[in-house]
Amino acid sequence: MSDHAPPALLCPVPLPPGDAVLLGHGSGGKLTAELIRTLFVPAFGGAELARLGDAAVVEVEGVRVAFTTDGFVVTPRFFPGSDIGALAVNGTVNDLAMMGATPMFLSAGLILEEGLPMEDLGRVVASMAEACRAADVRLVTGDTKVVERGGADGLYVTTAGLGVVPTGVEVGPERARPGDAVLVSGPVGTHGVAVMSRRAGIEFDGELRSDTAPLTGLARALLAAGDVRAMRDATRGGVASVLNEIADASRVTITADESAFPVLDPVRAACEMLGLDPLYVANEGVCVAVVAGPDAEPVLAAARAHPCGSSASIVGAVEAGPASVRLRTGLGGTRPLVMLAGDQLPRIC
Amino acid sequence: MRFVDEYRDSHIAHAILADIRRTATRPWTIMEVCGGQTHTLIRQGIDQLLPAEVEMVHGPGCPVCVTPLSVIDRAVSLAKRPEVILCSFGDMLRVPGSSEDLFMARAAGGDVRVVYSPLDALEVARANPDRTVVFFAVGFETTAPANAMAVRQAKVQGLDNFTLLVAHVLVPPAMLAILSAPGNRVQAFLAPGHVCTVMGWTEYEPIAETFHVPIVVTGFEPLDLLEGIQMTVRQLELGRAEVENQYVRSVVREGNAAAMRVVAEVFEPCDRAWRGLGPIPGSGLRLTEAYRRHDAEERFPEVVVDVPESEVCIAGMVLQGRAKPHDCPAFGTDCTPEHPLGAPMVSTEGACAAYFLAGRRREAVTS
Repeated sequence: MSDHAPPALLCPVPLPPGDAVLLGHGSGGKLTAELIRTLFVPAFGGAELARLGDAAVVEVEGVRVAFTTDGFVVTPRFFPGSDIGALAVNGTVNDLAMMGATPMFLSAGLILEEGLPMEDLGRVVASMAEACRAADVRLVTGDTKVVERGGADGLYVTTAGLGVVPTGVEVGPERARPGDAVLVSGPVGTHGVAVMSRRAGIEFDGELRSDTAPLTGLARALLAAGDVRAMRDATRGGVASVLNEIADASRVTITADESAFPVLDPVRAACEMLGLDPLYVANEGVCVAVVAGPDAEPVLAAARAHPCGSSASIVGAVEAGPASVRLRTGLGGTRPLVMLAGDQLPRIC
Repeated sequence: MRFVDEYRDSHIAHAILADIRRTATRPWTIMEVCGGQTHTLIRQGIDQLLPAEVEMVHGPGCPVCVTPLSVIDRAVSLAKRPEVILCSFGDMLRVPGSSEDLFMARAAGGDVRVVYSPLDALEVARANPDRTVVFFAVGFETTAPANAMAVRQAKVQGLDNFTLLVAHVLVPPAMLAILSAPGNRVQAFLAPGHVCTVMGWTEYEPIAETFHVPIVVTGFEPLDLLEGIQMTVRQLELGRAEVENQYVRSVVREGNAAAMRVVAEVFEPCDRAWRGLGPIPGSGLRLTEAYRRHDAEERFPEVVVDVPESEVCIAGMVLQGRAKPHDCPAFGTDCTPEHPLGAPMVSTEGACAAYFLAGRRREAVTS
């Protein structure tokens, strides 16, 4: 402990509405955005933070460095197709890749609950190591803390990552322009439904596995094939939230076709049953890319040639207009695709 | 995908719409009773594709919306008791009580768990013998059989620590209340397909006859709704008032006998207050004497003060089909899904949230 008193803030940081933190504040939806806008950005300031990209890009001695951090608290820690360890590596790798960076180094912080089976810890660490090899990054530093039984739900992982943005690469959520095409790299909602079905004990026809994967290779292929303006991996809040974030950052209208989004049948079935919209369900290996209109076809072809993008589709287009996302429905109507306030809740009936 | 795509076919939809346009010669007001039907209508923009003669008004069939404030307050207060595990379907957690919702109760240390079935709550009770599970039994006739089954199993297996906070409501008494209210505009109903899957439609026959209103038992997919509206408009134009069944793939006239048997064994009708509609005689269910020991209100007889609804919120008018959500001065401004004043803004099945999420705004603002 330092014996310095913490520096007094000159003016109190304004608190967001509400007496206590709610689960919705971590959902990636509107409550999260409100917390970031009203508490975090004013407290720390700085143009890099305010840009709210997947990773910050800072210049160090002439080199553009992408830097990001992420926390992983998923329950259950092992789920069909993956586990919290691989997720923690891929999530941070993907945040770097989405800024056009080549991910290089990771750190990991493990918060363990007293009594966690050593076998579980071993499995998670082995999975992290395998994910690092697959993503071609090196984990170079770390930290371990153990809290008393009941102080955590078994195991939490935080990772931070560093990457280098190659010269000439310029991507960011604020760069979408009218005339651009919007591409989704793979079937949406698979990860969220795989985790939810394991949590709820619901089984569906056909094996449903999390889509968690490093997107570095795919991002590189897209960038090489044409003028990619923005990329985001559609994690919490799903593709709907990511489209809204891009529309907001670039001040454009994005129009998308509901039927153009690839969705696996078991995911559709699960979402129909639970009253969820797959466009809001989390993914861990799917990105949204905004591409200059003339380059849409070559970039789509490059995506489909990559194993992570074999079912990539053009789902919509960027237009001039107020910052918003509009969805054309199957029957020919349109409706806005808004940000959700919090997590989607399964319906009563 | 089978059983979904064939009920969303755009060509068939437009053919039915054309027929409705040819058939409707006068203005008609039709109420879809169930919130699931409202959700599909608004989400797909079906109400905007209908001819001007056909006006859809949105009924009280959203269980989240009609659960009174005092019951939500009771659930919140039970959830905060250290000996209680409160289990609920997910969408009840964000419904505001008079000062708090169940998410806040959880943030304050309450043990609130989302379950997908009352039988999951039964498992929670089995795994926690030293605590009392309160399952928040909300819903219409649709959810009553599974809840009844859970209580019966709790009794058979001696799980004394499993209780229900019962807020069940019934559709036919609410339809009677709407038809009997002064100023009623509803001329026909799309009856709720899943309620009728359980109960059949014999209860609806005297309503159709007494009030001379067509009632069409209708499903929830876009083509179900369009066909239900088509059948209703045909009856209205011919001056008929019968109960017809659009949802033939799910509903038979006599309903599901096994489900009705277990409901009749565990529950009995009682008077119940509806949010927005007020007290309606015989419109709710409570546990019968034989199962009363599993009643959370008997187990924890706390006093909950009745708090009046927000004065601005017009949920009652909306739930009776007498006002549209965007007629409300608070709609989209003081009342949004993040900060709802009234329950129809909370659930995606609520008429106000359906309007809000579909980008419907107050006329005065958009023009």
